[in-house]
Amino acid sequence: MAKGVKPRVKVPKTAAAGDTITIKTLISHKMESGQRKDDDGNVIPRSIINRFTCDFNGENVIDVVLEPAISTNPYLEFEAVVPEAGEFVFTWYDDDGSVYDTSKKIAIE
Amino acid sequence: MELTRRNAILMGAGAVLIAGVPLKVAAAAGADEIAAFTGGAEIGAGDIKLIAPEIAENGNTVPIEVSSDTAVEILVLALGNPTPPVATFKFGKLSASRAASTRIRLAGTQEVVAIAKLADGSFVQDTSTVKVTIGGCGG
Amino acid sequence: MKKLTGVMLASALVATPLIAEPVDDTLILNEDVTLVTRTAAPAHVADVMDEVISGWHFRGTETRAMQADDFDNPGMIFVEQAEDVWNTAEGSEGKSCASCHGASEEMAGVRPVYPKYNEAAGEVRTLEMQINDCRENRMGAEKWKYTGGDMVNMTALIASVSRGMPVNVAIDGPAQSTWEAGKDLYYTRTGQLELACASCHEQNYGNMIRADHLSQGHINGFPTYRLKNTKLNAVHARFKGCVRDTRAETFKPGSPEFVALELYVASRGNGLHVEGPSVRN
Repeated sequence: MAKGVKPRVKVPKTAAAGDTITIKTLISHKMESGQRKDDDGNVIPRSIINRFTCDFNGENVIDVVLEPAISTNPYLEFEAVVPEAGEFVFTWYDDDGSVYDTSKKIAIE
Repeated sequence: MELTRRNAILMGAGAVLIAGVPLKVAAAAGADEIAAFTGGAEIGAGDIKLIAPEIAENGNTVPIEVSSDTAVEILVLALGNPTPPVATFKFGKLSASRAASTRIRLAGTQEVVAIAKLADGSFVQDTSTVKVTIGGCGG
Repeated sequence: MKKLTGVMLASALVATPLIAEPVDDTLILNEDVTLVTRTAAPAHVADVMDEVISGWHFRGTETRAMQADDFDNPGMIFVEQAEDVWNTAEGSEGKSCASCHGASEEMAGVRPVYPKYNEAAGEVRTLEMQINDCRENRMGAEKWKYTGGDMVNMTALIASVSRGMPVNVAIDGPAQSTWEAGKDLYYTRTGQLELACASCHEQNYGNMIRADHLSQGHINGFPTYRLKNTKLNAVHARFKGCVRDTRAETFKPGSPEFVALELYVASRGNGLHVEGPSVRN
C-alpha cells in the first residue's frame, strides 16, 4: 500500500427520491507517472491509481480508467441519481494491487 | 534584430522546428488509442463538450470537464503528452448526467481531445487547445 | 459541475491579457466566510503603497476557485493529516498537542500574531520555533525539520483555524529591532541579478516576470499548496527559493535572518486575513 493514501468524498446527507446530487471525490496519492527520473537519472517506476468506481446500492454510477496524466491527489466530480435511501461505495484501485474504499449513506428527505 | 548571417541561420532552423514538429505529432499521437476506442469508426462532431482553461497557470494541475447528453463512454486524450491517454469515463445506470470533472497533467501547450461513444453507437469529438505557462518562480 | 462550467467560461473571457492588474474578485470560503484579501496598507508601508493585496488576486480563475472550497483545496488533505498528529501522543512525556491545547480549533488567533516576541526566551519566534519548543521541552519528542512535511502540515492546521482573522503581528517594543533587521533585508539587493524583495514585490507587482504574475509577496496565505510541486510550501522555503532565484547563496530556513524577514513581510500584510493553506501556481 502506498504511503499516506487517504480517500475523501463529499456527498449530501439527504436528498429527495429521484434527485440529482453532485459528488466530489479526492484521494491523496502521488500518481507517479513513470516519466520522471530520480537524481541518478533512473526512471522512477509508474505507481498510480488506475481505476475508480462509484456504486449505489449495487448499481454503478461511474467507472473511470485513470492514466498517468491524472494529477497528483486525483480529483473527480460527477452527478448521481438517488432513487432511494442507501449507500454510495467508492473504490480506488492502485497499480500495486491495493484497493482503497469508503462509503457514504444518504437518507431520503 | 539585425539580419546577420548567424541570425538568418537561426531563423531558418526555427522555421523548420515550428513547421515540422507539430505535423509529425498530429499524425501519430493518440492514433492507436483512438482506433482502439472507436474500432476505426468515423468520428463526427456533435453531442460532446470539453471545457478546459485557455491558459493553465501550471501544467501539473489543469481542471477539465467533459459533458454530453447521450454518451455512454468518454475518452480524454492529451495529444502532446509523452503518453496521450488521460482518462476514460464510463457512465453507469445511476449517473445523473453524462458529465465529469477532473484535474490533469499537460506536458506543455497542446490540444486536448474528448471522444464520446454515444448511445446510438456513433462517435463524436471536441477539442480544446490549452496554453501551458511555465509559471511560478522556483522555490 | 455547473459552477465549474461558469468558472471556466469566465476564465475564457479574462485569461487573454498577459499583463494584468490583480483580478477584481471576492474570496468567499466554503460559500460562508468572506475573507479580506485587499485592504488599506498599514501605516508602516503607507509611504510605498496605498493598498495591500493578497496573492490570491494575482492567480488565475481556476486556481482562485480551488482555494474557495475546502474540498477542492488539496492543501486541506495535509491539514487533515496534521489533525491526526495533533491528537497523537509522542515523546517521553506521553503528551499530544491536544493534551495541553485541547482541540486544534483552540489555536484560532495564534497564526495572525506570529512571528511574536517570546518574553522568556528573549527572542522573536516563528510558529515553527514554538512548535519545536513544545515538542522538545513539553512532549520530550524529537524536533521536526524546519520546513519538513510534518512541520509544514502542522502549521497549515494551525493557520486553517485562523482563516478569516486579520494578520496582526507586533512590530514595536521588544520586536522592533528584529523587525528593522527584516526591513533591511527586504530592501537589500542580493545575487548576480541584484534583486531585493522590493524589486519584484513592491516596485513591480502586477507585472509579469517571464510567465509569472508578480504579487505583492504577502505571506498571509502560507503555508501554500502549489500546483507546481503539489505539496504545501513553508514561508522560509519560499524565501529561500526567491533568494536563490536572484542567484545568491541563501540564508537557511529557520535562520535569524529569515525569522526577521518573516516578521517584516508578515507586518506588511497586517490587516489581510489569514488564508493558509492557500492555493498558488
